[in-house]
Amino acid sequence: MSIVREIAARDLAPTRFYLTEDHHAENGTMLGFWLYLMSDCLIFAVLFATYGVLGRNYAAGPSGADLFELPVVAVNTSMLLFSSITYGFAVLSMQKNRVNATLGWLAVTGLFGAAFVGLELSEFSHLIQEGATPQRSAFLSSFFTLVGTHGLHVTCGIIWMVTLMAQVARHGLSVANKRRLMCLSMFWHFLDVVWIGVFSFVYLMGVLR
Amino acid sequence: MSINPDLIKFIFGRLTWDALPLDEPILLVTFAFVAIGGIAVLGAVTYFRWWNYLWREWFTSVDHKRIGVMYVILGVVMLLRGFADALMMRAQQALSFGASHGYLPPHHYDQVFTAHGVIMIFFVAMPLVTGLMNLVVPLQIGARDVAFPFLNNFSFWMTVGGAVLVMISLFVGEFARTGWLAYPPLSNLAYSPDVGVDYYIWSLQVAGVGTLLSGVNMVATIVKLRAPGMTLMRMPIFTWTALCTNVLIVAAFPVLTAVLALLALDRYVGTDFFVNDFGGNAMMYVNLIWIWGHPEVYILILPAFGVFSEVVSTFCGKRLFGYTSMVYAIVVITILAYIVWLHHFFTMGSGASVNAFFGITTMIISVPTGAKIFNWLFTMYRGRIRFELPMMWTIAFIITFVIGGMTGVLLAVPPADFVLHNSLFLVAHFHNVIIGGVVFGMFAGINYWFPKAFGYTLDVFWGKMSFWFWVVGFYVAFMPLYVLGLMGVTRRVSHFDDGSLRIWFLIAAAGAALILCGILSFLVQLAVSFLKREELRDLTGDPWNGRTLEWATSSPPPAYNFAFTPLVHGPDAWWDMKQNGYVRPTSGFRPIHMPKNTGAGLILAAFATVTGFGLIWQIWWLAALGFVALIVGAITHTFNYDRDFHVPVDDVTHVEDQRTKALGSLA
Repeated sequence: MSIVREIAARDLAPTRFYLTEDHHAENGTMLGFWLYLMSDCLIFAVLFATYGVLGRNYAAGPSGADLFELPVVAVNTSMLLFSSITYGFAVLSMQKNRVNATLGWLAVTGLFGAAFVGLELSEFSHLIQEGATPQRSAFLSSFFTLVGTHGLHVTCGIIWMVTLMAQVARHGLSVANKRRLMCLSMFWHFLDVVWIGVFSFVYLMGVLR
Repeated sequence: MSINPDLIKFIFGRLTWDALPLDEPILLVTFAFVAIGGIAVLGAVTYFRWWNYLWREWFTSVDHKRIGVMYVILGVVMLLRGFADALMMRAQQALSFGASHGYLPPHHYDQVFTAHGVIMIFFVAMPLVTGLMNLVVPLQIGARDVAFPFLNNFSFWMTVGGAVLVMISLFVGEFARTGWLAYPPLSNLAYSPDVGVDYYIWSLQVAGVGTLLSGVNMVATIVKLRAPGMTLMRMPIFTWTALCTNVLIVAAFPVLTAVLALLALDRYVGTDFFVNDFGGNAMMYVNLIWIWGHPEVYILILPAFGVFSEVVSTFCGKRLFGYTSMVYAIVVITILAYIVWLHHFFTMGSGASVNAFFGITTMIISVPTGAKIFNWLFTMYRGRIRFELPMMWTIAFIITFVIGGMTGVLLAVPPADFVLHNSLFLVAHFHNVIIGGVVFGMFAGINYWFPKAFGYTLDVFWGKMSFWFWVVGFYVAFMPLYVLGLMGVTRRVSHFDDGSLRIWFLIAAAGAALILCGILSFLVQLAVSFLKREELRDLTGDPWNGRTLEWATSSPPPAYNFAFTPLVHGPDAWWDMKQNGYVRPTSGFRPIHMPKNTGAGLILAAFATVTGFGLIWQIWWLAALGFVALIVGAITHTFNYDRDFHVPVDDVTHVEDQRTKALGSLA
């Protein structure tokens, strides 16, 4: 970067037209992953907007106030929030190059994530048994799709985490693996942020209605 | 012997012998032609033992230039299919008057216009635009490749996968009969119970993943990999348009993915998003699809604007007039692209205030666009204009696009739109801007950069034939549609009773025939140029006396593009180098770090395509198998850490010495 600034600032007399030394372009992985996350964020934006438009179309069926059990959702939310904290610990260990500690914290994170998905699935099956199926009303369609898409993302994150644990166990905390861990870290925290939106917009406001 | 029907249902899903169009002679003949042509191509490849070469050097290549060329080939091949649809529609509408019902039954005609729109936008315009960006952008910014070379290969094959699904729909089952955006409730299960809409959904989902990833890739490339000294305001205009287009892709395609996923849920799971009862709302679909759809048209046109900017400044021998204003115009168009979507459905009852807002934002877009037109004109003013083929396309564009832009501003006025919406006036308008803008731009770009990709220029005579047939054909084909639209003729109609309209449809059909000559001339141009390649050879690497960095290297460029990374001191970097006594380095080479080729992209995209086919025909085991293979394959690929290598100094020296010799032979 320094040479770019140097040339941009002083605009050296145009006598040198190429670098004779090796040029190492910056790695674009983090930026690329950010861009991907923002595009994923837009998918959630569409699902939130759809829930916002259709979320009160109960079609004479049950509403959020009838269905949501906040204590369960609170436990669920805390699972995900704890998992974000433990992923933070994993990154701290990674920065200190402690392979086993990193793997340990990743395992804890994955278990919290699995608990979250498990609770969500049990909530879904409970709703479906009560007759509140995705087919029942546009409200339930958009509810299941928004929450389910988030759950699907967490599931993908868990699969990714297991894969990365195998890779870290095999190749250690190499540069490539550290980069991958940072990408998964961004993904995981991003899902946490989305869940805060789901929790507030769907569950809390749903119970108020 | 009887076989358990449940077992057959399990194995083949909805797929039966009835899915093959054995009772439709048009499709059978087409199929025979495609089959014979396909067997001939495959046979030739086998006979000449090209498989190994194609696989090693092209299919598995992560070289942005080769991927760019493959995108353009895909676009041209699909253009033939999409244009065949156009000819069928023009012929049907010219024939089908009064007692005659033409040769296409309505259910077939509806598939033809849907397929025409889908193919032309997703599998012609998008691959051509993406192909040119892939080929040119890394060269223009002085980079060795894109930021994520493997992803680039994967994106390309996903686009191919989508195109393959659309092509399969021609012979197995049928395509959607809904129009190119598949509005519900028509596209819901109740009104489209067959596989047509499912083909539509899954081909666009597969191709859409590819487009999104290539958008991410290009943005990261342009932001991170520019040569030292190339600040944002020193980027070539084509790179600027590529940046803005790919920002639009990243911000628009997720919306398409999401809304098609919701439509798929309605059709497969029975949810109630866009149905008429249980609280569904079809207008939600229309809003969402246009929130993607309007940026999409700017995704297509911005790179064409970039091509024209490069061409005008090169062939007038001048710096582009108003570089800064050009950049701001591009950025403003990028932003405005997101706040005009509702003008596609003014008549759907949003109310006067909402319509007024979107009408005004739409009209505002003509301001930066007009600024660009003036910039091109002022660049030409007092320039030494060389009327080479790219410049001819540019001038045809300026005239045609201004007409299309003006009819667009007419349609942006909501009261006028209430009269003109859904009419052939609208059809004429968007063909006016897409053909006059995107298609002319792509032809300008192909004629301009072909020598960079292959090392010889394109034949001028057949290029001019193609040019005049296209331009004249366009006017003959679409001006009658403006007239018909003003008379109140609506689009997507396969039969007419009023015989007085017929003359206009006959003229339009003649125009389509002229465009056919234009396309054939283009193919002849490619063939003739290949045969005359020694005569047309360009050893300088800079046949047009260009201004930007892609002309600083050889044609075709070596895999690593530049032996030494260029240093940039201003816009028009190559022009600066030529003006200030640049001497090409002939020694002191160093090993170059490059990505390795991989077949993973093709294999993963094939799994995705198989998954799509399984979902379309509800062959659940196949869909599940394809999906699991896709996931396992992707994970396996991440275990491969050995992805790059160094081109040895000797190889670099050898390549560069060849070039030194070639340049020496010119002197």
